Amino acid sequence: MAATLPVDSVDILHHRFDGGGMEIDGPFILVRKSIGTQVSVNGHYYVDSVSAASIDVIANASEYTEERTEVSAGVDFLHEKTMISTGYTNSEENDFEANSVFLSIGQDFFGDLTKLTMGYARGWDEVGKIESDFSEDVDRQIYKLGVSQVLTKNSLMGLDIETISDEGYLNNPYRSYRFFDLDNPENTKGFGTATEVYPETRTSTAVALRSLYYLPYRASIKGEYRYFSDSWGIDAHTYEVLYVHPFGRQWTLEGRVRRYSQTSADFYSDIFTHEGANDFLARDKELSTYTGMTYGGGVTYELGQGVIPHINKLKLTLLVDYLKYEYDNFRDVTAGGVPGAEPLYDFDAWVTRASITFEY
Amino acid sequence: MKTHLIIGLLLLNLVGMSGCTGIKPWVKPYERNNLADPIMSLDRHGAAGSYIHHVYQAREGARGAEGGAGGGCGCN
Repeated sequence: MAATLPVDSVDILHHRFDGGGMEIDGPFILVRKSIGTQVSVNGHYYVDSVSAASIDVIANASEYTEERTEVSAGVDFLHEKTMISTGYTNSEENDFEANSVFLSIGQDFFGDLTKLTMGYARGWDEVGKIESDFSEDVDRQIYKLGVSQVLTKNSLMGLDIETISDEGYLNNPYRSYRFFDLDNPENTKGFGTATEVYPETRTSTAVALRSLYYLPYRASIKGEYRYFSDSWGIDAHTYEVLYVHPFGRQWTLEGRVRRYSQTSADFYSDIFTHEGANDFLARDKELSTYTGMTYGGGVTYELGQGVIPHINKLKLTLLVDYLKYEYDNFRDVTAGGVPGAEPLYDFDAWVTRASITFEY
Repeated sequence: MKTHLIIGLLLLNLVGMSGCTGIKPWVKPYERNNLADPIMSLDRHGAAGSYIHHVYQAREGARGAEGGAGGGCGCN
């Protein structure tokens, strides 16, 4: 529990998301290096290579491929029981750019049984649209407060609170809402579409409680609950249970189940009565009512000091997750049929993470 | 008057709590072997952990309180 600098390491991850018409993969490289006993610097390089033919793309546009690149640089500074961390992140796509900075302060006290962390982050996004000069901005502020507490010699818990406020163009410029257009003889589909209209501000708060127990044999179980609420009317609950079981010194197996559910934003509808029916109009499936389940498993293999020169630890990890999302009021327009009575949409996906970590 | 009374009682309560120096760290350093085991880390997977948060942030309306100190996800 005592404050220590992060271990010097190189973490090379290959990630892949495959499902719902989306294929996304690429590398994620994270490097940490200490300078003296009080300072550690870090940087990461992350690429998403996207091949998109999701329902949003099929319904509104044609399939596309693109690449998102993210880089970051950060510093951790340790003074006695206080850790100050700061960093900068830049993320770029051909039609989107995000920049953010953060500062956090962590303090250990009460015999190192309690750790309090406070953080602030600021973000600036530039939202564009390919083959046009469309350009809008989003400003974001993030406030974080976290407490972790050792409860007994076999258990600890963490409480995290995070408030995020956004201001600016919060739509996805490619997405549309739809409305009934039954009396229009030129429209055979029976519905029309128009660009979504979102509020220009959003404030959200998330509170998460995590607890971790060391079982009577060498294994751990983690339980997690998060409540989320925002000014758009979305309420969400996330539950997760993770079981970790080592076998000897080198092998560790893990399994997890996660359930996510949310209610719709106030201005969401699968189909509106007419064009411009409300001040704000959205048909973004991430703003609908739905449930998502994750079933995941993983294996880690570790080699200790002495096996490879200058490497203290080598860790190989493979994590595989199966995700299934089922929507309660977002319909599959590609299925056809009577507008507003199409089958409800669902999709599943496989997420694979394979990584090699060197600690030196 | 009622508000002042409530504030006064709260302040008294705080003073009382700060006087509770009898509470000592109840898990001694030599009892922390199990807590120091890597399987007792709230964030075991580094880059792989960050990545899965990103997967969820891009597909779910909820955001925040994932744990860790980062600056959030630049997702659209």
